[in-house]
Amino acid sequence: MPTGRVGRRTFFALMASPSGLIGLAIVVVFAVISLVAAAGLLPYGPAEQDAASRLQAPSGTHWMGTDQFGRDVFSRVASGIGNSVLVAIVATLISGTLGTVAGTVSGYLRGSTDAAVGAVTNVLFAFPSLLLALTIASVFDRNWFTVAVAIAAGFTPIFVRTARGPVLTLREMDYISAARATGMRAGSIMLRHILPNITGILIVQVTLTLSWAVLAEASLSFLGFGTPPPAASLGSMVYDAQTLVVAAPWTLWAPGAALILLIVGLNLLGDGLRDALDPNRKGR
Amino acid sequence: MAHVTKNHRMPQKKGAVLHSLRSSPTVRRLVGALGTLFGVAITVFVMLRALPGDQITAAYGIEAAGLTEEQRETLRAYYGLDQPLIVQFFTWLGNVVTGNLGYSSRTNQSVLEMTLLSLPVTLQLAVLSILVALLIGIPLGMLSASRPNAARDWLGQGIGLAGLGVPNFLLATFLLGLAAQVWGFNPNGLGYASPWENLWLNLQQMMMPSLVLGFAVAAPVMRTTRTAVLEVRSLDFIRTAKAKGVPPRRLRWSHILRNALVPVVTMTGMQFGFLLGGAVVMEQIFSLPGLGRQVLLGMNQQEYAVVQSTVLVIALLFVIVNLLTDLLYRKIDPRVRAD
Repeated sequence: MPTGRVGRRTFFALMASPSGLIGLAIVVVFAVISLVAAAGLLPYGPAEQDAASRLQAPSGTHWMGTDQFGRDVFSRVASGIGNSVLVAIVATLISGTLGTVAGTVSGYLRGSTDAAVGAVTNVLFAFPSLLLALTIASVFDRNWFTVAVAIAAGFTPIFVRTARGPVLTLREMDYISAARATGMRAGSIMLRHILPNITGILIVQVTLTLSWAVLAEASLSFLGFGTPPPAASLGSMVYDAQTLVVAAPWTLWAPGAALILLIVGLNLLGDGLRDALDPNRKGR
Repeated sequence: MAHVTKNHRMPQKKGAVLHSLRSSPTVRRLVGALGTLFGVAITVFVMLRALPGDQITAAYGIEAAGLTEEQRETLRAYYGLDQPLIVQFFTWLGNVVTGNLGYSSRTNQSVLEMTLLSLPVTLQLAVLSILVALLIGIPLGMLSASRPNAARDWLGQGIGLAGLGVPNFLLATFLLGLAAQVWGFNPNGLGYASPWENLWLNLQQMMMPSLVLGFAVAAPVMRTTRTAVLEVRSLDFIRTAKAKGVPPRRLRWSHILRNALVPVVTMTGMQFGFLLGGAVVMEQIFSLPGLGRQVLLGMNQQEYAVVQSTVLVIALLFVIVNLLTDLLYRKIDPRVRAD
């Protein structure tokens, strides 16, 4: 069902739920870390090797220890978080925009447009999203942007369905008929009267998609099809730690904990937003 | 729209059979699935045509650089690459439909043979993972729902969140590292054993990957069970049953759970795609020769035919499972049939 517009009241409702508050706090911390990494304010260069200090345990000089090449794990994790967040945001932007436009237009116009969009959506849904991302990523010359595009392909159909459902209900409402009767164009109706009424649902979907995109990026990097080295990526760091689980556990738990926190934080925020936007769901 | 399910009992006019066929949801779903598969084939074809370097370079590797223009032309004709794309597409599709999935250019093994060997591995992993997911998810969901917002609910929801938040490759890396590097337990290092060769070893090899994947799927199973149980419990027929004096145990199992399982079945079916994706990761970590490993190996070695056909097989598998879920859902929930 369509939820209302997003406003100040949503924010307060979010702050009132413990899970939403925790989620928001975690997401803000990660956003700050990404910005710090992007600004180059890390203690060491993420790709900077130092043969003299290989596999050192966490200490005052290396907060999360060093890896088998003597690289500072903290700097690599921070820079990996920045990379994950960048890829996830771009992938979500692409799939969210494409999917919302396609879903809204097809739901509002119905007819052959709807049938065509539905067919394409079904085809994209027929691929497990990780496999689709993997196949596209294997074809292109990889950089952070092509990885984001590959991930976006699998999430676009989800946005199509998320947007289309409520639009089907909205288009039958009296105020939409009234707008149509005054001679308003379909495009303006969708932009001014339909979109604002599905923003709530879309925001929740965006938050959840961000968490899936983080997971997808990490999985691709783990399999060797993500952002290529020497760029630090949380997934490839976990891959490199495979043989060091016992010898240098910090090389596993540092990127691992970052991934878990980021994904859980986004999920909590998504749940909190959903509850805040939909009073009927409270206590469920 | 009302349709006739058991039309053979009705007196029929000419064309009525065709009409009832067309309006039967099962037939409609089948036709829809076929259309989707055709779209899938086009997508796979288009995606892999974009591969850097063509099939000749992939098949001949570095030697391809030494080929003369004439040899290149001959090879292009041999592989059918000089044909228009649409012809190439239908040739490929025709081959696939007749069971010719192409050949690996390295080992010359047919992709159909490779797939027949790898498909059961992936299916076994998927089935075991679903079992694990249901065994963890349903009881946990019921436990959570038995007293909402109590300590047990938080525990259940916490475990659910952990299943959602811990990436499967991370959990797998941790478990494998712990088992192999601390306890020296690494059945997956011994080379894959099929269940009919050595069932005991096979189950040991499947244990960790299916636990990891099952744990991840248990989270949505748990959430769906919880919501469904809460919803069913508030319905009128449960109050009636209680008033009638149905014992609590019977009420819980055959009244509430039975009805709550409908959405759980659908959800589990929908998770199958995630399982196939997750299988790629698990098979890689645990050295299981399944479909996912076949795709990944093909991608790493630029084995054009292997990737193209295996991706198609996986999508086919996914479409079939979705279709079955859909039909099963209609079967167990009579309300949907009147759609």
